[in-house]
Amino acid sequence: MTEEIIIAGFGGQGVLSMGKILAYSGIMNNQEVSWMPSYGPEMRGGTANVTVILSDERISSPYLKVFDTAIILNQQSMDKFEESVKPGGILLYEPQGIYQHPTRTDINIYQIEANKLATEMGNKKIFNMVVLGAYLKIKPIVELENVLDGLKKSLPERYHNLIPLNEKAIHVGMDNLKTKIFQEKTVTI
Amino acid sequence: MSELKLMKGNEALAEATIRAGADAYFGYPITPQSEVIEYLMSERPEKRTGMVVLQAESELAAINMVYGAASTGKKVMTSSSSPGISLKLEGISYLAGAELPAVIVNVVRGGPGLGTIQPSQADYFQSVKGGGHGDYHLYVLAPSSVQEMADFVEDAFDIAFKYRTPVLILSDGLIGQMMEKVVLKDQQERLTDEEVIKRYDTWATTGKTNRERNIITSLDLVPEKMEARVHKLMAKYKKMAEEDLRYEKIECDDAEYLFVAYGSSARIAQKAVELGRAKGIKVGLLRPITLFPYPKQQLFELADQVKGILSVELSAGQMVEDVKLAVEHKVPVEHFGRTGGIIHTPEEVLEALEQKIIKNGSIRHHKTRESSIL
Repeated sequence: MTEEIIIAGFGGQGVLSMGKILAYSGIMNNQEVSWMPSYGPEMRGGTANVTVILSDERISSPYLKVFDTAIILNQQSMDKFEESVKPGGILLYEPQGIYQHPTRTDINIYQIEANKLATEMGNKKIFNMVVLGAYLKIKPIVELENVLDGLKKSLPERYHNLIPLNEKAIHVGMDNLKTKIFQEKTVTI
Repeated sequence: MSELKLMKGNEALAEATIRAGADAYFGYPITPQSEVIEYLMSERPEKRTGMVVLQAESELAAINMVYGAASTGKKVMTSSSSPGISLKLEGISYLAGAELPAVIVNVVRGGPGLGTIQPSQADYFQSVKGGGHGDYHLYVLAPSSVQEMADFVEDAFDIAFKYRTPVLILSDGLIGQMMEKVVLKDQQERLTDEEVIKRYDTWATTGKTNRERNIITSLDLVPEKMEARVHKLMAKYKKMAEEDLRYEKIECDDAEYLFVAYGSSARIAQKAVELGRAKGIKVGLLRPITLFPYPKQQLFELADQVKGILSVELSAGQMVEDVKLAVEHKVPVEHFGRTGGIIHTPEEVLEALEQKIIKNGSIRHHKTRESSIL
């Protein structure tokens, strides 16, 4: 099994750390992993993206053109990566700030209103964990247990008190996943 | 006991440097390798092993600190990225001339000039064809994974001391910045002066006791002596080629076409091999692990088996010259690579093979060659 994922959004949304937690979860699951970020000036306020690969075999290229799954968190990333999903693949996106919704019909499209859900939970920073939860609901490629172990590994110890909150956010994401219906053309932001 | 971690290439290299029992690191930050010095500083190696980590005032200062520390037989490293390595080249030539062991790391970014901070492999000529002045080479290791970023540190120190030569670890922004699983080796003890002498003989300036004084210099104004020095270096390089050449063959056994690629491009080319084979194209990959010495003989032999070769590098075409030299016109050789910090995709690499080698048939080139011989 090999899962090739692109996670793309704004710098500050937790794109890179979400990828890192996923990669750690893969390690906990005894898989090969790679985490390849976009780096440099484009991170500061601009777009940030990371390619994460989890595989049972040795991973060849960490840099890819097409993906099994694209997790898209802003419009620029939608413009760039909607076309990069393999036919039959998955596109998961956060609708806030998206004014051109995905139109492809040969892929499986899902929505997660992670901004709203995280705000309702009282902590916007767990936005990315809500998204991660939604993704794991679609593709349970790693056990929740492995994700929590991954969180422990990737978070400094002084933040370990936040793990229960992160776990809750993952569950909220799992419970609120929506399949996209292609009706709305524009959304005012 | 070994330890499994998820680390960036730069961090893995830094941690492996402490664990290899290095005595000192001198550097100056530059993207995309600043994590090396950042990690080393945060780990407080002076407390862990007594290793010195110092941010010098410039690249020039850093490489000359390396020269000084290496003269005393210490295991010493510096790292930088392309423009910084250019600044260090004077010192690197002196290290080679004075026969000093040292490890230099280049996490390559795009050039020329300040260029870009994105990944590139356009420092191949600089790395393997000298770079600095004079008749010298570096032993050049090209890691293509985070694990190799860690493993090659110890290998580099071993080679540096075996031959008394500067060794270059030629990485790039992609390998430096990406994270993968890495198994770290146990901590090695740093050597005392006595152990250095016991293990590597008495050439270093460890403080004269009952022996002739040791002089570390690259200067020799007597032409015959200077020529002998150069010949000694050349003998070393010959021995390196005989004893310490490294390469990896992937899917080469039945290959009709061949990619040659190192470092990050080797990973991408490996995926292109998978894509090609899924389409029924019998393509393999030769990955030089050492860029100097270069696997010339292996390429020469593979050229009898394959119909054409594509050299893949994040450059406008540098390593392709060495591939051509090795192949001696037996089969067509072409280059493919993106520059400017753009990374070629596996799909682009495969398409280049199809367009430049398979379709275009270098049979045409081959015939030209034959007719020119006739």
